[in-house]
Amino acid sequence: MSGLRAVDISAGYRGRPVLRAVDAEVPAGGWLGVIGPNGAGKSTLLKTLAGLLPHEGTVTVDGTSIDGLRPRQRARVLGYAPQTPEPPTGLTVTDYVLLGRSPYLPPLGREGRSDLRVVAEVLARLDLAGMATRPLATLSGGERQRAVLARVLAQQPRVLLLDEPTTGLDVGHAQALLELVDRLRREDGVTVVTTLHDLTLAAQYADRLVFLVDGAVTASGAPGEVLTQARVAEHYQASVAVLTSDGSRIVAPVRHAGPRPAPG
Amino acid sequence: MPLTVRSGRDSPAGPAPAGAPRATRLRVRHLALALALLLAVTLLSVLLGAADLGWQRVVGELVAQVTGGTSPLSEREAAILWQLRVPRVVLACLVGAALAVSGAAFQGVFRNPLADPYLLGAAAGAGLAATIVVAAAPGTLDWVIGPLQLAAFCGALSGVVLSWVLGRTAGHGTGTLILAGVAVSAFLTAGQTFVQQLNTDSLRQIYSWVLGGLTTTGWREVLLVLPYVVAASSVLCLCARLLDVLGVGDEEATALGVRPGRVRLAVLLAASLATAAAVSAAGLIGFVGIVVPHLVRLLVAGSYRVVVPLSLVGGAIFLAAADMIARTAMSPAQLPIGVVTAFAGAPFFVLVLRTRGRA
Repeated sequence: MSGLRAVDISAGYRGRPVLRAVDAEVPAGGWLGVIGPNGAGKSTLLKTLAGLLPHEGTVTVDGTSIDGLRPRQRARVLGYAPQTPEPPTGLTVTDYVLLGRSPYLPPLGREGRSDLRVVAEVLARLDLAGMATRPLATLSGGERQRAVLARVLAQQPRVLLLDEPTTGLDVGHAQALLELVDRLRREDGVTVVTTLHDLTLAAQYADRLVFLVDGAVTASGAPGEVLTQARVAEHYQASVAVLTSDGSRIVAPVRHAGPRPAPG
Repeated sequence: MPLTVRSGRDSPAGPAPAGAPRATRLRVRHLALALALLLAVTLLSVLLGAADLGWQRVVGELVAQVTGGTSPLSEREAAILWQLRVPRVVLACLVGAALAVSGAAFQGVFRNPLADPYLLGAAAGAGLAATIVVAAAPGTLDWVIGPLQLAAFCGALSGVVLSWVLGRTAGHGTGTLILAGVAVSAFLTAGQTFVQQLNTDSLRQIYSWVLGGLTTTGWREVLLVLPYVVAASSVLCLCARLLDVLGVGDEEATALGVRPGRVRLAVLLAASLATAAAVSAAGLIGFVGIVVPHLVRLLVAGSYRVVVPLSLVGGAIFLAAADMIARTAMSPAQLPIGVVTAFAGAPFFVLVLRTRGRA
């Protein structure tokens, strides 16, 4: 199958298992959203798919297993942005995005013209060309998230693994960033996997959702099937209303009058 | 997956398009300026000294050496110049370059702006190990590859690794590593004092060496230090891009196809070697590794492709100038050079600390 496929994934940190027998699948050019309450293992799943954690089970991209790949080869297939990236101080936007060319360079090599050209294209597409020479530290939150995305795109990967790409962004900037990712997906056919806190945004942008609870998949499928009021209320221990607008789910918090019912 | 070009501005086969981003690289003019400054400082340092040879006559000697003319200096004066003063200036340059470049390397590897061979326990580790060799096997100090160099290298590496491990167990903050380094340094320096007390006959000699000294210098020390500094600096210059990659953190560096553990090991070995060479020639000289890389960052750029090579030249400038001040400020008495670098470096350290606190 083309696209990304993870079968029977178990992983964790130093003897503390987090994921238990997780299956996830997204066709090439698709968008898989990973949702679930805090601590469910969303970020762990993304790190595992990126090859950053030892794991059991198999991950394949376009039918090829990536588990045996060397780091540089894997970095040409998978681009990963963590939830809270730590952009190094002192680098300009160009220097930072240029780091994304590392998978194509020998360890002690240096970038050539073609690498700079790739960076120029990425900066232009992400409207960062005007701030190419600015130090990373001077960017706003939204601009910095775009710079991180630019660095991942400079890897020219087939799969984008983005952990909470809208962290710290207001709703407008969050929408703009997700629209951008969606455009890249449609134009380039790149496969996208994101974790998303905001269930409404997850339902609007992803075409498949995986709902993780305590490290295991509790539901997966189209957003309309996965996001039911009962399921969200139970696993997030939240009072919500799940509405439908323009065919997309909207998950809205509801506050009951009087004292809140005890969770559970 | 090819990236589609959105606008027609880029020509796929031609040179980089107009308005293409420029990567931060070491520019020829920055390097030329730094080398010119280095030349000026070393020349000035050669002209000035405790023995008053007269700067015009030193210039006359230099010109005579180049043109083959007759020198205004007597044979004894020429010997002072060529056997004492010039090698001392050269040694100051080498030691300064080694300390500054290893400071930059430690900062990159630990992602910590305050890292420095002096504060991380590297210098103290090398100092303790070297003191033990000086006390136990004084006959071996002339060997190019001998117990002194080996011990200093192992001492430097152990000091850094100990600070790092202790810092990791206590937390991940910028200050934690430095606090651990200060504790390790204090412990190792105490060990060094203890070894000295056991060998009071050589105490005086070791004491001046601990404060940082370039006093007992001829070409011998230069030749003992040079190969190590050249080897370590070459490795560090080659690893400069990888230090930029490490700046994004180990996880992201791994996702970019780089193996952070290997890079860190190579850089730590090279930086410890440079520190050990500097310490075994000139004792403990602090703050060079903090001041110089940060000045480069402030004045030129923050990428390690620029910081590493310019720290080499800048360290040489800084320590040659500090040595000149140490020799001439209270002439004919000499200040320990570590005093001069601390006077300049400690306020600078506070400055860096304050800017980091605000960021």
